[in-house]
Amino acid sequence: MRHHIEGTTLFDGDQAQKGYALNRMCFSFNSAENREAFRNNEDAYCAKYGLSTKQREAVKSRNVLRLIEAGGNVYYLAKLAGIFGLNMQDIGAQQTGMSVDDFRQKLIAAGR
Amino acid sequence: MARIIGGIGATHVPAIGKAIAEGKQNDPYWKPFFSGFNAVHKWLAREQPDVAVVFSNDHGLNFFLDKLPTFAVGAANEYRNEDEGWGIPVAHAAKGDAALSWHMINNLVADGFDITMCQEMLVDHAVTIPLNLMWPKGDWPPIVPVAINTVQHPLPAMARCLELGRSVGRALASYPQDLKVVVIGTGGLSHQLDGARAGFINKEFDTLCMNQLGADPEALTHYSIPQLVEFAGAQGVEFLNWMAMRGALTGRVSELHRNYHIPISNTAAATLLLENRPRTERRKAA
Repeated sequence: MRHHIEGTTLFDGDQAQKGYALNRMCFSFNSAENREAFRNNEDAYCAKYGLSTKQREAVKSRNVLRLIEAGGNVYYLAKLAGIFGLNMQDIGAQQTGMSVDDFRQKLIAAGR
Repeated sequence: MARIIGGIGATHVPAIGKAIAEGKQNDPYWKPFFSGFNAVHKWLAREQPDVAVVFSNDHGLNFFLDKLPTFAVGAANEYRNEDEGWGIPVAHAAKGDAALSWHMINNLVADGFDITMCQEMLVDHAVTIPLNLMWPKGDWPPIVPVAINTVQHPLPAMARCLELGRSVGRALASYPQDLKVVVIGTGGLSHQLDGARAGFINKEFDTLCMNQLGADPEALTHYSIPQLVEFAGAQGVEFLNWMAMRGALTGRVSELHRNYHIPISNTAAATLLLENRPRTERRKAA
């Protein structure tokens, strides 16, 4: 039986299978040369890694929740987000629908 | 005989690597975190460990999801860091101790831990950042890295990680060479990077974990992995590395120092120093 945790997708076997091509592409971004190749021709790069239409759309949207829905694992997505110049607070704000400032305040508030 | 002098738990948030590179240790945002290592520096300077066993999780540098071992032990004389695609400066290589690695591997497998053996292993920020925090001059001791899967479920249970650590502790105790060993567990504490619950931090649970880890780690083993995700956050499961670290401390354990600060990036940052003294010392004293 699955344990449901609000706002959380466990990266399990189902997600790992669904997201394999997307995560494999993100893994390639450990190389600066590959990051450059992606920047130069995003469509060709995604095609080379065999992304599904849904994954391709999710990459195009720069929307992290959609990328997770398409099977992306956050550690691999972070390599993609880096190409777009997004840090962890940007990603957090985007996923929670907050401004980056409000998201930072929420983190600080957790320490009180 | 190798002797385990203590264990250290430390956060490994990538942003720390950037802060170090930019010399921001005394900035108001960073000081409460970095100053938490002063006591660790003093202890390490006094104790002078010869080698460090480091329990951590790879984030997609050495391992990909094509082949992902639950437990893997490095067996090399050098471990390089490389570009992780996260914009963290690449660290210098860590020295290894392959003879000690093989001793651990032989004993772990004989003890029922069917680990993966790695004669080549890249180490990511989960190893290099804690080493830089503990030895800021870069004079790291040789390491034996032990990678625990905290990325792709199913993850090993809390009890299993504690037992892995205990097995490492027994292996070290039977190593003929006279070495002083420090055991390190990296990552955590509570944080969640992904999903609508991103930014989740749980001070109460972290405090409970730190309180129990020294005194009664067994008490923490009743948390299932889904419960750990729920209470510590999806990436707070890195606490498994701390459980393994604690397991390796098979003597009398006492807490020497603790620092806890929220937030560092999206994470509750923690530093915990546990001393491990031989059980025989108590008998002598009595």
